[in-house]
Amino acid sequence: MAMTASQKILAWHAGLDHVEPGQLVLCRLDRVLGNDITSPVAIREFRKMGVKEVFDKDKVTMVMDHFAPNKDIKAAAQCQTCRNFAGEQDLSGFYDVGRMGIEHALLPEQGLAVTGDLIIGADSHTCTYGALGAFSTGVGSTDMAFGMATGKAWFKVPSAIRFVLRGRMPKYVSGKDLILHIIGMIGVDGALYRSMEFTGDGVASLSIEDRLTVCNMAIEAGAKNGIFEADQVTLAYEKGRALHDPMVFRADPDAKYDEVYEIDLGSLRPTVAFPHLPENTRTIDQVGNVPIDQVVIGSCTNGLYKDIKEAADIIRGRKAAKNVRVIVIPATPSIYLRCVEEGLVKDFIQAGCIVSTPTCGPCLGGYMGVLAAGERAVSTTNRNFVGRMGHTASEVYLASPAVAAASAILGRIAGPEEVLS
Amino acid sequence: MKVKGTAIKYGDNIDTDVIIPARYLNTSEPAELAQHCMEDIDLDFRNKVRPGDIMVGGDNFGCGSSREHAPIAIKASGISLVIAKSFARIFYRNSINIGLAIVECPEAAQAIENGHTVSADLDTGLITDETTGKAFRAEPFPPFIQEIISAGGLVEAAKKGIIR
Repeated sequence: MAMTASQKILAWHAGLDHVEPGQLVLCRLDRVLGNDITSPVAIREFRKMGVKEVFDKDKVTMVMDHFAPNKDIKAAAQCQTCRNFAGEQDLSGFYDVGRMGIEHALLPEQGLAVTGDLIIGADSHTCTYGALGAFSTGVGSTDMAFGMATGKAWFKVPSAIRFVLRGRMPKYVSGKDLILHIIGMIGVDGALYRSMEFTGDGVASLSIEDRLTVCNMAIEAGAKNGIFEADQVTLAYEKGRALHDPMVFRADPDAKYDEVYEIDLGSLRPTVAFPHLPENTRTIDQVGNVPIDQVVIGSCTNGLYKDIKEAADIIRGRKAAKNVRVIVIPATPSIYLRCVEEGLVKDFIQAGCIVSTPTCGPCLGGYMGVLAAGERAVSTTNRNFVGRMGHTASEVYLASPAVAAASAILGRIAGPEEVLS
Repeated sequence: MKVKGTAIKYGDNIDTDVIIPARYLNTSEPAELAQHCMEDIDLDFRNKVRPGDIMVGGDNFGCGSSREHAPIAIKASGISLVIAKSFARIFYRNSINIGLAIVECPEAAQAIENGHTVSADLDTGLITDETTGKAFRAEPFPPFIQEIISAGGLVEAAKKGIIR
């Protein structure tokens, strides 16, 4: 029987010729990932298993990104637990302050996530690497512990929803608008337990950054994974950076899908998700007058170079609105350095914004921009749940870097066309 | 395994940020996490929850982050079972892996009201709303998952060599 791309990757890693949706399989993993929040729990469980060494010191990756640089003493202790474990196990992929970036931006950039890989991460946005044609999914700390010990994980083979993309996105519309549009269409549990597979002639026009953003938020529709079939764009991106040769898995032409959606990329508009669910979407034309207190540009969803550059191009030569705090967070040290070298950091500072070292910080209400009661933020992050960025009576509006930058200038939610016209 | 307790009911899309807000993720101690469980949607939860109580949710329970701290916080609060119309997949996995009993049963999750006395037999999947006398049947777990649960979670299952 025909298989989807996701099913093929699982079958290959389970050593099987074929898998069926619903089948439980035990798979070999190419990488096991954790961060400073989830790894300490995984390390505790790893110890309970009575195992002395991780299955492969080059395939266990820990990134100190959530509450690092340490926001308080407890956060420091958590990083210390990870640091000690990484030292003891001689992990080659331990990323601490100075080398660390936001994990899901860092792994593709460093070539640690490769086309055809099977990756689990104790972080829900691990689904990001589907952009490269990998099967990657978020798990909890106990799965991470089991993965560190055995190099394996159990999976229930998912069925899939197919998104056929046609045409080309208009100017000032990006991957964020596409995925918000899809979540608005199918809902926050629209892809529950299933794969989201993105195909169609429109894919070729999407940059790797756009694809990373789309797959990053597959979890916000409840999906197990999101995946683009690797193409020339993918292979060009991976050249010189991928840790090993990519392995391209293509969906069979007659693969079965639960649902098929066709999306005309040309019809997309800048899209904003209103509080308190990512499915509460409106196009920029339906937003109305929503004054804001803060703008966050960054995160594993939208902290890549292209994202920061798009924001800088709108902000350059203008001023952030009075009483709006604008926090820009390039996702990795190399992105940060490029922003310095190309003068983007200067553009932001001259406009009255701040530029932070890489961290997840404000996205999950950790630090570096926590909201008070009654405050509103436009954010390029991925979740706008109650209390996500601070007080339970604060509000988060999810948007693209272009919308966030335009909103920063006007002090209310606004599209880039309004600023640039 | 049989459980019995008072139902504490919530709505759809109960996310991990309200189950345990990220500002408390600088610890992984179960008792400490339980002190803040559900506080962003129900400040009173900590005071009213009794050992054995049963949490009832709607669709997509546990959506959002992969934090295992969420099922840990619920379990450490004394909740013996979570019944929901559907669960978000990472929460579902994490609950199995740490040994928090969960069951997907849309009919029961719809009918059971806050404060009702509920009993459940996790081996047979029979759920009874003792306040109304109505009974519901949930899908039992597949055998592979049953083995992980009866071993006491994934770590125990690995130690016993059930999965390798």
